[in-house]
Amino acid sequence: MEYFIELLFSGLTRGAIYALIALGYTMVYGIIGLINFAHGEIYMIGAFTAFIVSTVLSILGFPLLAIIVLAGLAAAVWSSAYGYTVEKLAYKPLRHAPRLSPLISAIGMSIFLQNYVLLAQTSDFQPFPELIPEFDFMEPFVHIVGSSDMVILVVTTLMMVGLTLLIKFTRIGKAMRATSQDRKMAMLVGINVDRVISATFIVGSALAAVGGLLIASHIGQINFFIGFIAGIKAFTAAVLGGIGSIPGAVLGGVILGLTESFATGYVSSDYEDVFAFSLLVLILIFKPSGLLGKAEIQKV
Amino acid sequence: MISFEELKRSFLVSLWFVFLTFPILVIKANPIERTIIWRWENMFFVAIGSFVLSILIRVVNTQKTKRLERRSASDSDTTTSEPLIQVILQNPRYLYPLAGAVTVFALVFPYLFDTYQTNIMTTALMYVVLGLGLNIVVGMAGLLDLGFVAFYAVGAYSYALLNAHFGIGFWMALPIGALFAASFGIILGFPVLRLRGDYLAIVTLGFGEIIRLILENWNEFSQGPSGISNIPRPGMFGIELSLEAAILYIYYIMVALVIVTIFVVNRLQDSRLGRAWIALREDEIACQAMGIDKTKTKLTAFALGATWAGMMGVIFAAKTTFINPASFTFLESAIILSIVVLGGMGSILGVIVGALVLILLPEYLRALSDYRMLAFGAILVVMMIFKPQGIISNVRRTYKYQKQKSGDVQ
Repeated sequence: MEYFIELLFSGLTRGAIYALIALGYTMVYGIIGLINFAHGEIYMIGAFTAFIVSTVLSILGFPLLAIIVLAGLAAAVWSSAYGYTVEKLAYKPLRHAPRLSPLISAIGMSIFLQNYVLLAQTSDFQPFPELIPEFDFMEPFVHIVGSSDMVILVVTTLMMVGLTLLIKFTRIGKAMRATSQDRKMAMLVGINVDRVISATFIVGSALAAVGGLLIASHIGQINFFIGFIAGIKAFTAAVLGGIGSIPGAVLGGVILGLTESFATGYVSSDYEDVFAFSLLVLILIFKPSGLLGKAEIQKV
Repeated sequence: MISFEELKRSFLVSLWFVFLTFPILVIKANPIERTIIWRWENMFFVAIGSFVLSILIRVVNTQKTKRLERRSASDSDTTTSEPLIQVILQNPRYLYPLAGAVTVFALVFPYLFDTYQTNIMTTALMYVVLGLGLNIVVGMAGLLDLGFVAFYAVGAYSYALLNAHFGIGFWMALPIGALFAASFGIILGFPVLRLRGDYLAIVTLGFGEIIRLILENWNEFSQGPSGISNIPRPGMFGIELSLEAAILYIYYIMVALVIVTIFVVNRLQDSRLGRAWIALREDEIACQAMGIDKTKTKLTAFALGATWAGMMGVIFAAKTTFINPASFTFLESAIILSIVVLGGMGSILGVIVGALVLILLPEYLRALSDYRMLAFGAILVVMMIFKPQGIISNVRRTYKYQKQKSGDVQ
């Protein structure tokens, strides 16, 4: 039973991170209908920025709290800047091109960013400083759920609530919803669609950056390649929940996290990634609209 | 020519990139030794580089709009002259001697250069065939296949395993590997082909990774990450070949295969099937309305593409005599995709040129080889934005009406 609860929590933690990244995929897809293949790389860049900033600050002797706040901020700022730039450089010129062109461009961007970080930093795994301390009040539960699991769950929940509020109640959120329903109509009623798209990329990238920071400090090491697998898994989560749907991304993330955790816990850990990929293939084949998504109707 | 406003804008762009690349390019922190290295020179390069690039793009863009304006002003009166390459391609008088010269050069190549060069050339030729295979799927049928390397792996492993367990030789394995890969293409293609373009891309990527992960983890079957070694080189009527002779032999096998592939793909392009692929790429629904069997047509594209990949897999295994799952990652698929995209989707000559450029250039410019993958990524983006039809675009065979001269209008 204890093992079960341990797996449950580790699955929830994973799922929460997948959900954070999946939100970026789903928001972008909802608005411009593009699989933002480079999103995993944005997450990786967020983790790297956090790694660099926190290492520098800890060498300079800053207190832990300041390091956490500054590293988180830097990760969010730079990831958003990368997300914004990638959109402007690689996707915006292709907005009216055939559907596969922006996808190929996105794949190119993803390879480019991976190798950019590889060349600028190093290909080795880097030890990520432990930013989340062990809390005293977690002491009695520490054998089932660690402090960092708890922090991840709380932070991701807060982020998701924040995102929901942003989309439901703010002006830009309303504009996002309008744009995702009908881009042309949104333009006609005076919404600056370009700005909405940029905002979507910025918000999605910031979420991914927070995910990157949390998972890097949870696992304790990073390298340039972490974005690829995480990106595909988060994409799986987004598709599972129904791409374009925000609650769907969260649901998909949690289901994927739990599936992986139980499958590796009870079946075999060798095939950890195979489970995720198989799940992705199966959903796309049998229910491409996902759990909460709307089926796309093709009109002639 | 360049206004002050434009200079200011380029300056801002360069400032933005300096900010963007600051933490990753400039700072290098080592958490173990607790040292920080500040690489300010990188910041300088980024600033200059992005400024120059931004100016360049602005100049090119203004000239493009000027040219377009001029053209629209003088209307479509002037017939645009065809580029030289298309003239050569369409006129057998130039094409055949040229093709002959290239073939002769390919045949004497090993005698002009040393073994090392021949080896590199063999690799480049393998990518030519791989590119042509993927070109059937991506270029002609318009199905973005990101798991192409899976078929390559199937070919390589079928030779390695059949040889290890049953002692099957290279020449037997070549068709068997191709057949296995084609069957995999059909098995994989059957469920996924009703998916829409971008989903299809992701599913094929997923399949590619699944196959690699299975090869990596199923130790009893594929010996896991340590791979299979001591795969025999191709035999020639039972004669033992020295290493140099074997390299030469594989080179000639590759040249022959390239010629066969070009011939087959070229014939396919204008066949009923090839035209069905191109039609399917342009508009699926219209295609179905015209009575083309969508599933069958797509499946043949998948299977044919996979066939070439399977054959190349067998050759790869025979050439390197050692294979492991690390040779079949997603990056390999991405390289082949870059070849097709750079060369021009659907264009045979384009893919050949693309493969030679992308594989040979990093080999000869060793200094650049570190930046190889960076360049491949950039190529995909830049080509999509500036020249989606590739460096040598495919011109469909069409009949042209002779325009009546304005003089002899009755």
